[in-house]
Amino acid sequence: MNRFVGDDVYLHLETTNGAYAAHRFGQPMAVCAYIRNGRVRFERAAIAGNRPYRVGLKMEQGWIYAEGLTDYEVDEKGRLLLAGHDDEGRLAVALQLSRTPWPMSALEEEA
Amino acid sequence: MAQVEKTRHLLLVYPHPDDESFGKAGTVILFTRAGTPATLICGTLGELGRNMGNPPIANRETLPKIRRKELEQACEILGISDLRLLGLRDKTVEFEDPERVADRIEAVIREVKPSILMTYYPGLGVHPDHDAMSNAAVIAVKRLPKEERPVIWGSAVVHEPEKILGEPDFVIDVSSVLEEKLAAMKAHRSQFSGIFARVEEALAAGGQAREEALRLLGTERYWVYRIDD
Ligand SMILES: [Zn+2]
Repeated sequence: MNRFVGDDVYLHLETTNGAYAAHRFGQPMAVCAYIRNGRVRFERAAIAGNRPYRVGLKMEQGWIYAEGLTDYEVDEKGRLLLAGHDDEGRLAVALQLSRTPWPMSALEEEA
Repeated sequence: MAQVEKTRHLLLVYPHPDDESFGKAGTVILFTRAGTPATLICGTLGELGRNMGNPPIANRETLPKIRRKELEQACEILGISDLRLLGLRDKTVEFEDPERVADRIEAVIREVKPSILMTYYPGLGVHPDHDAMSNAAVIAVKRLPKEERPVIWGSAVVHEPEKILGEPDFVIDVSSVLEEKLAAMKAHRSQFSGIFARVEEALAAGGQAREEALRLLGTERYWVYRIDD
C-alpha cells in the first residue's frame, strides 16, 4: 500500500451483502455501495487487526476506510486487491488500488 | 403441462450469466433439441457477483472473465449457438437509458426474428437488473408491428407469483432433460457451489427431500407478458 502513497491512484471500494440478501437469506434488506475509479491521493496507509484486517488511508482532507478484509493479492498489473470473504467464500467488502483506471467491462479490457 | 415444439427462433434476454440456466435451462434445451435456433442476449458479465467460489477461485477483477467462460460453456450445453454480450455493468442496468438498451435488443430482434422471447416477467424479477432488462425487452417488442412481435415468456423470481399473476401460462415438464439442466447450471460453478451442495444433499437424502428437489427442478413455469396497446 505504501507504494501508492503520494500518487494519484484509482480506487475501487465496495461493500455488499448480496442482491438477494432480503429475498433469499432472510436479512432485512440488500445493502451495497461501491465507487469505481474514484481518483484519490493519500499520504499515509495503515493496516490493523489480525485477519480480518482493517485498512485506513489518510488523505489530505479525509479518510478511506474498510473493515473485514481477509485476503489480498497483487495482480500481474501491479494492482492491489484486498477483499473480505465470509466463510462461504462470498465477497463482503473490497478495497482495490491501481495506477490506471479499473476497466468498466471485461469486454473493454480485451479490446 | 405444455408441450415444447420447434419454433422459428428463441431469443433470451437476461442481464447476468446464469439467468439463462437457473429455472429455465430445461425449457431451452427442449426447444433447441427440437431444432429451434437460439440466441442469448446477456447484458452484463455479473461483475459484482458475491460468490468467488469456495475456496475463492476469482477476485473482483477476474470474476467477469471467469463468468464469461462459464456462460459460454452453459450455452454449449443449452444448444445456444449465438451469444450477444452487451457489455453493460452489473447492478447499473437500471440506471442506463432504457430506450438505448431497447435499441440494442430491437436490433437483435429484427435480425433473428424470434417467435418466442424469454425474459424475466417485468416487475417480478427481484433483482433490479432483471426488471431493467425485461423492461427494455418490452420496449423493444412494442416498437414492432403487432404481427411481428414474439410472444414474451416471463419467469418470476418473487415468492408465490401466482398470487399476483394467477396460474402460469406454460408449465414445462423438463424431467426428461434433468441431467443436462443440472450440467448447464453447474457450468456456472463460481456462483453455485453453495447451492449445488444443498441440491445434491437433498437428492442424496432420498425420501421427501429428494421428491421435493426433483419436483422443483423438473418443472419450469412461465407467464406470458401481454402488451396492450
Ligand atoms: Zn440474475
